[in-house]
Amino acid sequence: MKQFLEGSWAFADAAKLCRPGVISAYPITPQTHIVEHLAQFVANGELNAQTINVESEHSAASVVLGSQACGVRSFTCTSSQGLMLMAEVVFNIAGMRMPILMICANRALSAPINIWNDQQDSVSLRDSGWIQMYAENNQEAVDLVIAGYKIGEKPRVMLPVMVCVDGFILTHGMEVVDMPTQEEVDQFLPPYNPPYKLDVEKPLSLGLLGGPDVYIETRYAIQKTMEDVLTILPEVGDEFKKKFGRESVRLIEEYRLDDAEVALVAMGSVCGTIKDVIDELRQKGQKVGLLKIVTYRPFPEAAVNKALAKVPYVGVVDKNISLGATGALYTEIKAACSHDKKISGFVMGLGGRDITKNSIESVFSQSKEKVNSCTFVDLHNDLLWEEFRV
Amino acid sequence: MKEIKIFARAGQGAITTAAILGEALFYENKYSYAFPHFGAARMGAPMNAFLRFDEKPIRLRSKIYEPDYIIVIDPTLIESQNAFAGLTPDAKAVVAVRPETPVPQASGVEVHTLLAEKIATEIIGRPFANTVLLGAFAKITGAFTLDSVLKAVSKRFESKPAILQKNLDAVKKGYESV
Amino acid sequence: MFSVLAAIPKSSSRNRTGSWRSLVKPHYLQKECINCGLCKMICPEGCIEGTEKNQYSADLDYCKGCGLCADICPKKDIEMVSNQGTE
Repeated sequence: MKQFLEGSWAFADAAKLCRPGVISAYPITPQTHIVEHLAQFVANGELNAQTINVESEHSAASVVLGSQACGVRSFTCTSSQGLMLMAEVVFNIAGMRMPILMICANRALSAPINIWNDQQDSVSLRDSGWIQMYAENNQEAVDLVIAGYKIGEKPRVMLPVMVCVDGFILTHGMEVVDMPTQEEVDQFLPPYNPPYKLDVEKPLSLGLLGGPDVYIETRYAIQKTMEDVLTILPEVGDEFKKKFGRESVRLIEEYRLDDAEVALVAMGSVCGTIKDVIDELRQKGQKVGLLKIVTYRPFPEAAVNKALAKVPYVGVVDKNISLGATGALYTEIKAACSHDKKISGFVMGLGGRDITKNSIESVFSQSKEKVNSCTFVDLHNDLLWEEFRV
Repeated sequence: MKEIKIFARAGQGAITTAAILGEALFYENKYSYAFPHFGAARMGAPMNAFLRFDEKPIRLRSKIYEPDYIIVIDPTLIESQNAFAGLTPDAKAVVAVRPETPVPQASGVEVHTLLAEKIATEIIGRPFANTVLLGAFAKITGAFTLDSVLKAVSKRFESKPAILQKNLDAVKKGYESV
Repeated sequence: MFSVLAAIPKSSSRNRTGSWRSLVKPHYLQKECINCGLCKMICPEGCIEGTEKNQYSADLDYCKGCGLCADICPKKDIEMVSNQGTE
């Protein structure tokens, strides 16, 4: 049913519809409302789950790792510094092949302290073995949560899923969302039935020592599984579309890319702004388009290559920066495309710096002018000094 | 697409205002995107809530710089926050004023003022101007009907029956006051 | 695809780690034993068996020769002796 909802409420509702048995999360702006709503659902008796209060994100991740290992569908969510504190367990969750679902409310990393949106937090954990999907709007986020459990829990997959939503822009943004019913979700998402779990009747040791004789094989297995996900994820996407009528669950989305001369590549909510700019520039006769990366891990290299095959100029929008190199997405787009393509990288929106239509227009025109691997957009040069000042 | 910018201090109900606006527009089959922007994220600090609405889903995610409408919940912010900046040529402003506030002027802007805090204090018992302003906004802009905003207020306050009727009365009074 | 992910508990006992032992091993004299069980409790390997007086012994397949059992025995009924000739 269509409703006008705050993002966090919609995400909590989506998580509820997936019937997690254990929820553990530590509140952090801008993720807090999600945990609050879920705690309320449990307290009201609307959701039969255990919420486990913890003293830190490290513990929250450890709790859901434990509960998932016991064969219980588990949910957590965090943001920014919280994700950094979880990092150790985040890698363990993937290594132990526990299909937990986490919502990451994307926020900048300290220092300086900044509660506003960029994608540095989740991008910094791209190597952890989690499937990562980025939502453009709240509807997509809801859909990715529901489909995320289904993808991660496939016996062939058994990998955790991080649904990344731009902090404030989506978490605190209110918009119309079509919430599926419990019945529909139950039909789509079967109960969690893992091929392995901790069970006193059939004891099993998980989280083993893996020395040089076995470790590299465990990594290879995850890498091959990630490759499989490139096929499995669109299959689940088709199933999702059949059931709910929406195309949210996919590797990439191509927007007016067919005859595009300049294309931007981006992830998350900024894609909406880019689409509006594209429509305006197209009316002025400019051939522009967008390649939206929905699934960042596994990275859909072949799909990216195909989508951009005929586009001569590409601009990559990164709401993150691998300091000392370039934006993270830029390097991957560059690696996925042929050498003759003119690809520029743009770092923007860090720490909540607003990305306006003007910013995007300038990125489109700069992409065609000259190739630059790492241009910071909308800098205030009066705040930059060669020497220390207070 | 129309854009609304709300000026308030954190704690004065700007987000609630935006939420009710969006809900009322939803009843009229409009799509909207309402969102806050916090500065210091502390009660009393100046903040904005934004809302853009259209016949089709909203995709634009930037803040609003050239609003079609502004709602000023706290009149002390008009000057310090430059509330009339960037308004479109046909813009309309709904401004809560206090008896001592000089009536704000802006060239080419239709400014409607009302003693919203005073009205709220009389009806609700506390100076929460936002629901009064919502009634006035409905009347001035015709963006949605009084019924839709009453329905949206009822939904918003459904878990707080003690203040629901008072807020409905506040909306109606605001509607009549401009 | 999966690789080594889980194990049956205790399956690592197939590794006869007593081979790591050097220098000394415990010798249970089985004369003064009072069945206090301290040697069994302190053994970091859990490789001491016995439930009755003068019937305790260490499983040399797992014993590392640390000497804690001999050290804690109140009756000095366990001696550490040369490990030679046990491999």
